[in-house]
Amino acid sequence: MPRLPDGDPAPADGALDAQALAGLAGVPFGMYLHVPFCATRCGYCDFNTYTPRELLAPTRATPGATDPRAGLPSLVASYTDAARAEIDLAARVLGADAPVVDTIFVGGGTPTLLPTAELTGLVGAVRDTFGLRPDAEVTTEANPDSVDEASLAALAEGGITRVSLGMQSAVPHVLGVLDRTHDPANVARAVRGARAAGLAVSLDLIYGTPGESLQDWRASLEAVLALEPDHVSAYALVVEEGTALAARVRRGAVPAPSDDDEADKYELADELLGAAGYDWYEVSNFTRTSRGRCRHNEGYWAGGNWWGIGPGAHGHVGGVRWWNVKHPARYASMLAAGDSPAAGREALTPEQRHDERVLLGVRLADGLPLSDLDARGRAAVAGLVADGLLDPGAALGGRPAREGGEAQRRAVLTLRGRLLADTVVRALLGF
Amino acid sequence: MMVVGLRSAGVAPGAVRRNVPHRTDRAAGARRRRPARYPPLSTLARTPLAPHATPPQRIRNFCIIAHIDHGKSTLADRMLQKTGVVEERAMRAQYLDRMDIERERGITIKSQAVRMPFESGGEPYVLNMIDTPGHVDFTYEVSRSLAACEGAVLLVDAAQGIEAQTLANLYLAMENDLTIIPVLNKIDLPAAQPDKFAEELAGLIGCEPEDCLRVSGKTGEGVEDLLEEIVRQIPPPVGDPDAPSRAMIFDSVYDSYRGVVTYVRVVDGNLNPRERIAMMSTKATHELLEIGVISPEPVKCDGLGVGEVGYLITGVKDVRQSRVGDTVTNQAKPATQALGGYRDPRPMVFSGLYPIDGSDYPILRDALDKLKLNDAALVYEPETSAALGFGFRVGFLGMLHLEIVRERLEREFNLDLISTLPNVEYDVTLEDGSHVEVTNPSEFPEGKIREVREPVVRATVLAPSDFIGAIMELCQQRRGTLRGMDYLSPERVEMRYTLPLAEIVFDFFDQLKSKTRGYASLDYEPDGDQVADLVKVDILLQGDQVDAFSSIVHRDKAYAYGVLMAEKLRKLIPRQQFEVPIQAAIGSRIIARETIRAIRKDVLAKCYGGDISRKRKLLEKQKEGKKRMKMVGRVEVPQEAFIAALSNDAVVPEKAGK
Ligand SMILES: Nc1nc2c(ncn2[C@@H]2O[C@H](COP(=O)(O)OP(=O)(O)O)[C@@H](O)[C@H]2O)c(=O)[nH]1
Ligand SMILES: C[S@@+](CC[C@H](N)C(=O)[O-])C[C@H]1O[C@@H](n2cnc3c(N)ncnc32)[C@H](O)[C@@H]1O
Ligand code: SF4
Ligand SMILES: [Mg+2]
Repeated sequence: MPRLPDGDPAPADGALDAQALAGLAGVPFGMYLHVPFCATRCGYCDFNTYTPRELLAPTRATPGATDPRAGLPSLVASYTDAARAEIDLAARVLGADAPVVDTIFVGGGTPTLLPTAELTGLVGAVRDTFGLRPDAEVTTEANPDSVDEASLAALAEGGITRVSLGMQSAVPHVLGVLDRTHDPANVARAVRGARAAGLAVSLDLIYGTPGESLQDWRASLEAVLALEPDHVSAYALVVEEGTALAARVRRGAVPAPSDDDEADKYELADELLGAAGYDWYEVSNFTRTSRGRCRHNEGYWAGGNWWGIGPGAHGHVGGVRWWNVKHPARYASMLAAGDSPAAGREALTPEQRHDERVLLGVRLADGLPLSDLDARGRAAVAGLVADGLLDPGAALGGRPAREGGEAQRRAVLTLRGRLLADTVVRALLGF
Repeated sequence: MMVVGLRSAGVAPGAVRRNVPHRTDRAAGARRRRPARYPPLSTLARTPLAPHATPPQRIRNFCIIAHIDHGKSTLADRMLQKTGVVEERAMRAQYLDRMDIERERGITIKSQAVRMPFESGGEPYVLNMIDTPGHVDFTYEVSRSLAACEGAVLLVDAAQGIEAQTLANLYLAMENDLTIIPVLNKIDLPAAQPDKFAEELAGLIGCEPEDCLRVSGKTGEGVEDLLEEIVRQIPPPVGDPDAPSRAMIFDSVYDSYRGVVTYVRVVDGNLNPRERIAMMSTKATHELLEIGVISPEPVKCDGLGVGEVGYLITGVKDVRQSRVGDTVTNQAKPATQALGGYRDPRPMVFSGLYPIDGSDYPILRDALDKLKLNDAALVYEPETSAALGFGFRVGFLGMLHLEIVRERLEREFNLDLISTLPNVEYDVTLEDGSHVEVTNPSEFPEGKIREVREPVVRATVLAPSDFIGAIMELCQQRRGTLRGMDYLSPERVEMRYTLPLAEIVFDFFDQLKSKTRGYASLDYEPDGDQVADLVKVDILLQGDQVDAFSSIVHRDKAYAYGVLMAEKLRKLIPRQQFEVPIQAAIGSRIIARETIRAIRKDVLAKCYGGDISRKRKLLEKQKEGKKRMKMVGRVEVPQEAFIAALSNDAVVPEKAGK
């Protein structure tokens, strides 16, 4: 699990200063709900998530612990109580400035490990506390195995509008290396069920898994296209420190992913998805229409505001970032004591805000206005265009300067630029 | 016995091969006359002799010479104890090895001199023991220490036998006409073969095996006898007490509290506190602020007379003003002729030293200035490298000297340094007859060259005769010429080679050790220079020369160097946005080529949700990392790649040629 950032201590009441609160006005507001439970842990995963067994049995030898969900209800009860308390705390902190919520994203972990009523109950609590816009996007992540037609219908009934399914691959041996337990056929069933319930569907894929051939990846992409989701995320496998996968790579049991292989696979994804009408709108995210984009995530990338509810969740309001304690028990006890569960926070300096704006903005298909760059960044643009990393039309074209064409110029990555986005970011930040 | 016979033909340094006991001239001189101011000998018994009032007949100046690890420091410790100079409980192992680095590495870098009282046959004597450095890098200092003595204890490990430094130091001792007392050490060891090595030693110096003393520095066995023999065999110093004073400097040490402490051996006349002295090589004059003897801590005294050994303090702050080998005289009544043997220390090996953090350059400069105070052999001048920034080209006596200096800079001044590949000095003659001295490969002239001369050494290798083939092969690879070979015994051989210095300073000894399973020993000394077919190999990144990687090598080895370096760099330099050709070239001719393929993907493409801080921190880390990047043209080379590429093991080709 990644360590929490080192930051400043957060105040016990979670208060935000007036300057941060002033940043709420006129900007979409999101709610992230983190559900820190999974039935088993996948070998590559370093998210803040726990199996019930880990949480309930500090000693390994717990007899009869064959059911991975044993003991889950008590964990869920404690978790939902705490999450509701944090929703109340958020309302207190934001006070009169509290905006109506535009997007909700329930992520994990495995949110669908919660009984459906509990999950939708949390969504209801947000709606009741803050209000929810009529066109709000309400997403939940789901494992293909942990949903069925009925539960999907119930989710839709309870206010969920969109479901993001962790498909990862359609190829059994690849799923095996990823420790994914689901039956590939369940993905199709889950997609159908979601469709039937009127939910928008997104599928997550991982490419570059050790042992995955280009053919395997093509098969996964084709399987995705056959399901005609509204949205596709394709992530390059990252071997995170401290994971079981990292240990296997270190031992030499599996080869480390290679950048060249991942580049081939990204290009193939771009080609196949593009041919089927799915265009990139962020480096790892593709949709057929701009309405299909994930608005909640767009908020993250555009420097928007959101509150992160749940253990280890991150929030951002008006240039202040904070993050909660990671362990569910600690999280619950802090809220039970009436305190903010924040572990730390940072008030971004102007330089940090600039770095983030460039870092996140350049990864978007809409691009980064050149006017957001400093002089060094602007000076780097021509070179990046010459190197084939930035789109020449977007960066240099537009109407003549005297007609205000300058203002429309943007840094938009080419395909090569998307793969070398870190290089582009460094250049645009002048180092 | 047969040994001596075998070494007759082709023996080069004939002068040092003569057998030792030929002391009659000196012994006669010693009996010459006794100056009036010494008390009559009979009254001296049982009274320790005070400095300045010690008749030369009662003085014995000696050193211990040995191959490294044969037990010189340990034996010295025992002598300090037996003579009561150091109390039992104050004793720590290798008492005289004072510097931290010395103690850690177990080697003696700086020599010291200790005055020890000793009673023999009811008469008091003074034994001055001069501890000499053992490493080839410091041969000149060894020779000056030897010149301060009349005798030498030739110490040989009874489990190892004679080794290369034993020989080298023995020859030096013979050149200085010292009386040699052969001693076998470590007789307590179960593996000791004193009888066998007594034969060997006797054969070497032309005495009888029974003449070899047997001691254990560890248990102390035989050490008293050895002290008696020192008194008995080593002649007392001779000199003219009434002549203008002359004292030879055999060591000069900077001390941050007292300034430079100069160790001298008085030859004629005497030195007294408060008088003005003059250095005969520089004519510089100083006031003698303090004069004393080491016993084993410094003790002030009223002066030093003929044959005495002690220290001087004049308040100078730089060992260059008080140089090893120089002659000290009285300013008011100066000697006309300096004692022979003085020579400026000459650096043999050069390397560029650069601070990893460029802003540390002034610290490096000050640090070198400070070290220089205590190291007359350290020379340096500022230089700039396109790849490494601002630094210094530093000259060293050898690789050990380089390592010690570098370690002290890093340890005592907290510096992180990159050092370029060490090289020797080349003398390049251009077509027009002009000369260029090259101490930095990037200064190697580009144009028409008439000839290049490189320094050579005469090297002595001692090894079991089983390894003759392996040694010959190695020396062949290193462009060596066999000058002669002698059997010290049927199973031990001494091989003498002329070798280019550049071929042996770096990893030769390691190679020799590994090819002889650790049995060979090596010693060498400078022996002029020779014309050689040398070329400069440049390394180019994307067509831009990286000055720090240029190297002067023999034409036959240029290809191997080029291939090795290019491959090394391909592995070390991270892939860039564009393809980067790495080339090795002699002038405009490319001799090796590698390519760093362009990087195709560096984007972080994983879902981190709202943890934007993590993403930004990664970026901030890259920003920091960027500061440790050096640009070569458009190519970003991490500092670590330079360090790794310049590390020694990385760049010495195993085999020459294609
Ligand atoms: N057994 C034994 N070991 C000894 C004796 N003299 C020295 N040594 C060991 O040999 C090693 C080298 O000794 P040292 O005095 O540092 O040698 P130097 O390099 O000649 O000064 C050390 O480990 C000593 O303890 C001895 O008489 N007997
Ligand atoms: C918040 S995660 C987990 C959601 C859900 N529990 C699941 O596993 O399907 C969302 C997505 O991140 C991606 N992901 C997780 N760990 C990854 C890793 N180490 N490298 C690349 N992508 C990863 C997976 O595609 C995953 O579906
Ligand atoms: S199901 Fe998702 S969150 Fe849970 S361990 Fe696997 S990848 Fe991680
Ligand atoms: Mg020693």
